[in-house]
Amino acid sequence: MNKELRRVSAVILAMFLTLFISSSVIQVIAVNSLQGDGRNVRVLYDSFSTERGPILVDGVPIAESQPVDDAYSYLRVYANGPLYAPVTGYLTLNQGNTGIEDAMNEELSGTSDAQFIDQVNALISGQNPKGASVELTIDPVVQQAAWDALGDNTGAIVAIDPKTGKILAMVSKESYDPNVLASHESTATVIENYQALLANPNKPLINRAIAGDLYHPGSIFKIVMTAAALSGGDYTPESEFPNPGQLQLTGTETFISNAEGGSCGGGATASIATALRLSCNIPFAQLGEAMGEDRIRDMAERFGFGKKVSIPMTATASIYPSGMDSAQLQLSSFGQFDDKVTPLQMAMVSAAIANGGVLMQPTLIESVTAPDLRVIQSSQPSVFSTPVSGDVAATMVQMLVNGVSNGAASNARISGVDVAGKTGTAENGEGEPYTLWFTGFAPANDPRVAIAVVVENGGGRGQNAFGNLVAAPMAKKVLEAVLSR
Amino acid sequence: MTAPTSATKKAVGAPIEAGPVSTFTSGFRIRLRAPSRMRNVELVLLLIACALNGSAILLVQLGALGAVDWSLATLGIGLSVLVFAMHIALRIVATEADPFILPIATLLNGLGIAMIYRLDLADGSEGWAMASVRQIAWTAIALALAIAVIVVLKNHRVLFRFRLTFALVGIVLLVMPVFFRPVNGANIWVQLGPFSFQPGELGKLALAIFFAGYLVTARDSLSMIGRKVLGLTFPRARDLGPILVVFAASMAVLVFQKDLGTALLYFGLFLVMLYVATGRASWVVLGLALFLGGAFAASRVLSYVGGRINSWLDAFSTTNYEADGGSYQLVQGIFGLANGGLIGQGLGQGRPYVTPLAESDYIFASLGEELGLVGVFAILALYLLFVSRGFRIGFAGQDDFGRLLAVGLAFVVGLQVFIVIGGVTRVIPLTGLTTPFLAAGGSSLVANWIIVALLLRLSDTVRGQPRTVIE
Repeated sequence: MNKELRRVSAVILAMFLTLFISSSVIQVIAVNSLQGDGRNVRVLYDSFSTERGPILVDGVPIAESQPVDDAYSYLRVYANGPLYAPVTGYLTLNQGNTGIEDAMNEELSGTSDAQFIDQVNALISGQNPKGASVELTIDPVVQQAAWDALGDNTGAIVAIDPKTGKILAMVSKESYDPNVLASHESTATVIENYQALLANPNKPLINRAIAGDLYHPGSIFKIVMTAAALSGGDYTPESEFPNPGQLQLTGTETFISNAEGGSCGGGATASIATALRLSCNIPFAQLGEAMGEDRIRDMAERFGFGKKVSIPMTATASIYPSGMDSAQLQLSSFGQFDDKVTPLQMAMVSAAIANGGVLMQPTLIESVTAPDLRVIQSSQPSVFSTPVSGDVAATMVQMLVNGVSNGAASNARISGVDVAGKTGTAENGEGEPYTLWFTGFAPANDPRVAIAVVVENGGGRGQNAFGNLVAAPMAKKVLEAVLSR
Repeated sequence: MTAPTSATKKAVGAPIEAGPVSTFTSGFRIRLRAPSRMRNVELVLLLIACALNGSAILLVQLGALGAVDWSLATLGIGLSVLVFAMHIALRIVATEADPFILPIATLLNGLGIAMIYRLDLADGSEGWAMASVRQIAWTAIALALAIAVIVVLKNHRVLFRFRLTFALVGIVLLVMPVFFRPVNGANIWVQLGPFSFQPGELGKLALAIFFAGYLVTARDSLSMIGRKVLGLTFPRARDLGPILVVFAASMAVLVFQKDLGTALLYFGLFLVMLYVATGRASWVVLGLALFLGGAFAASRVLSYVGGRINSWLDAFSTTNYEADGGSYQLVQGIFGLANGGLIGQGLGQGRPYVTPLAESDYIFASLGEELGLVGVFAILALYLLFVSRGFRIGFAGQDDFGRLLAVGLAFVVGLQVFIVIGGVTRVIPLTGLTTPFLAAGGSSLVANWIIVALLLRLSDTVRGQPRTVIE
């Protein structure tokens, strides 16, 4: 019997050895992939016991985690939710995050590399590390002014400091209250709230400043056109173009006209400067045909078109189309056809002109501070690109100032300040309301703010309103708010 | 049987005998007077085990509640008193019993109670609704029964005489749940008022005794007499028949009741005891082939078997994870173990309650989450040591029935541990078996403590009349 017993002992030993190995595989070897599995709720629950860092505007929390007595330990509370919603985004328990909550998630939850020492300390002491706090570049006064300026319209306003790229205001309307998505009520309730927001025809969840369906820029694209023309060395602001009241698009039976009807300021010819000041379509159509799409696209891309800009959320890339025939090229030259932009992109265009041709990287992050008040990240302005030379920029500044003081963007005038700017009134389709624009900067001699305002739905007036009527006054209010600081 | 030599007597600290004396009286005297080293070792180990159990409960309270709650102290002390009562009983009626078995069982049982208590704290249950209170009650009953067995059963050969009775009892126990309602899809429970117990657990005990008894008598005829078919010697029907009938009947009942885990356990027990008794490896191979064939056929014909195997093979796929009766429990248990990592989350500080049935089927994963791989290795080592002490009786014993019975009982514990933990760690598909001593379940505790008592009795008999020097 002993021989058989020895063999059976070996079997038992082998069985237990298998168990030692299988446990080791699960608890040591495969740990990372198992902990990273999305269905692993333990990891999720562990994350809840960390006090998430606050998001601050001017030192005041606009999103912070307050302790509550439930399984999730902390409730994310958004002060003035709808005002800052496009910036903060929302934080849910298990349905994903957006905005800064998503883009700065590692810093806010205390798991960024910079907080590695904190994590080690936490491991030893058995406590979870606290998240870092994220201070934004947003100026609360300017943000509120932009919110008030938009009123009941849907649209967006973006204001940037041209010298540093810091975003002073980012408002998108119609907005929503992130508190309903951060709530600790059942997942079903949160999903219900989300579905309700999705179903809202005004699409409150979309941050129109950087995403969504984008907009036809209309006449504000003429800034890019002018930059492309002046940078080539073959055009000057005085370069002349034939000045008819109507132009037949090359190869088609379609006619285009200037916004006011009639020719561009009278005269047999119109200069680029005049066309920009009075926002005439026909000279720009001719300019576009002459330059060709590649040159225009090249300049557009220098301004950031076609690039996903990280602020740190990723802004949708603005589009200048390619492969166009002559008629489409002509239409695209005054911001129609398939040109699509975000307000952020157009603010960047203005910011570049304002800053002597140097476009700074736009950013929302002022600084990131660890719980022990150690600054782990602070805003370092960096250059995004240099789309135009200093000379071209200076020339364009003057042209844009003329556009406000004596041109189509007159409603943006502020007494005692040189405001530079361009309005736009983009067509959207047969019978569709226009998209109304203003983009510019102030003061022209030493710019403190570059702005882009977009108003959807014709400002509620269908095809009866235009950029100068609706968007320019809004921009003026925001510019005044900045200048008053 | 050789007479005990004076050399071994001296080793036990006996007084030096002047001359030849009657073996009976001298043995008797020694038993009363010699301080037994075995029992002293056991006492120290028991104190350590009880201290560990106490600190486990304290840590659970500190980890889960953040404060110490002495309300459980009376129950804990009561259990410790019972354990020491068993120790004293051993000092009186089984002085040479193995010193490791009782402390190991105590420690495992105590760890199980601590973890079940931890899960109760997460649940927020109170009083008799707490699974840990019920587990403590069942432990007390099991300990009392174990003490009774070891006191009443002076010689294991009594069991041999009643082997056929045990066969009948085993079958009856297996069949009983058929007349009661199925729970969780398996027909293995008997509900008596608020108490439910699994007769299958006690059944394995009865059948082990029957198998050991029968195989001892028939081993010669089984291994030597028979007809050669295809190179294998098959015994005569009258030799193999009875045992095969009992075995086949139990298999049929188990499969009918969808209790595949216990079926696997019995099958393994039968095969191993047959092999140890007859020494014929070819039958083991045949048996394994039959098992695999049967399992394959079952996976095709019986949907839940196929489902279990599918969930085991492809546990992390979304379909299996979300299916009813799919791999959700398996995957959550594995997540729990991974969350434990090397050193564990700490008692009371993990989230074992996320896994369904964390206090019974998945008690091991719960302990693995809070004690880590280090704790898992310790628990596995304790089980391995327990099984090896049983096998020692098999090696050193001199009557075949005792040896076979000890091996059978020890193997069944080891195999059960392998089946359960193998299922939890995805070595084999999950079954419904319980982890001996750890899991919440009265019948399992009673059966396993009776196994403890039997092994202690067997080890005492073996040591009392040594054929080989064991130290």
